[in-house]
Amino acid sequence: MSGWLRAFGAFWYDFIVGDDWRGAAAVALALAATAVLVHAAGVNAWWLLPACVFAALGWSLRRAAARGRP
Amino acid sequence: MNALPLVLTVFVACAVEAVEALTIVLAAGLTREWRSTFQGMAAALIVLAAVVAVAGPALTHVPLGPLRLIVGALLAVFGLQWLRKAILRASGYQALHDEQGIYVRQVAAARAAAGGRRGWVHDWYAFTLSFKGVLLEGLEVVFIAITFGASQQNVGLAALSAAAAVLVVAAAGVAVHAPLARVPENAMKFAVGTMLTSFGIFWGAEGTGVAWPGNDAALLAIVPLTALVALGYTALLRRARAPAPQTVRESAG
Repeated sequence: MSGWLRAFGAFWYDFIVGDDWRGAAAVALALAATAVLVHAAGVNAWWLLPACVFAALGWSLRRAAARGRP
Repeated sequence: MNALPLVLTVFVACAVEAVEALTIVLAAGLTREWRSTFQGMAAALIVLAAVVAVAGPALTHVPLGPLRLIVGALLAVFGLQWLRKAILRASGYQALHDEQGIYVRQVAAARAAAGGRRGWVHDWYAFTLSFKGVLLEGLEVVFIAITFGASQQNVGLAALSAAAAVLVVAAAGVAVHAPLARVPENAMKFAVGTMLTSFGIFWGAEGTGVAWPGNDAALLAIVPLTALVALGYTALLRRARAPAPQTVRESAG
């Protein structure tokens, strides 16, 4: 049963998160920071999530390129 | 919000996955047996339809704010994955998806595998190959259709768009009778990744309580901006991969 659960979790992890967990972590952190800025500081931080997502994509690509450089 | 982005995104995403599923179904059907292949495909389609029938209406009961936060986060993460892969392939850091090569490998494996009957299935290998291929590729489509459809409160339209893409690819497969190797799969993946990431950003931020400047019209800026950033990264990676020009040293003597 535990083996089946582990395989089930691994499938969904690979399905949603894929090769680089840092992208998922960046999105989660950016969403949390945006919510804090909106609700606690009263800042309409619409710019934060796109900035973090684009930065996370660049970071992830840079790491992948460094590994795959011929 | 206009339904066109929903229809187009789901259609293209579904077409990409349907092309990949078609390769597996053709390999199973042409080398093993069509009856068991169709049984496997039908069984997978029934499972996928059940997932849509259960998850689709269930999601429409979730309040729109939390739904858009969760769906936005998932789409942004999922979209980043598609975009990352498309950029790495376009810039030469990963091999392009080769339908013909995959087909040849699947055919070789199907020819080598032993047959065997189980219950009402004549060829268990053909059944499982077809079932797994259609189910795994189909799950991505179901995920995109449900999340997009639920956020725009139109799961029905998303499901119709997905079904239309499957029919178009299936018709092309029947007509060509070979894997659709000439479909610009990476360009389609790039476009879908751009749309998923853009909508993920839009809905995710909206779910946290952000008010986008221009409301829904902000998407008219987010989508092109995401595409430009992705194209910029592709160009940078291509330049980094290109060999440096050789300098000729002139000898002093």
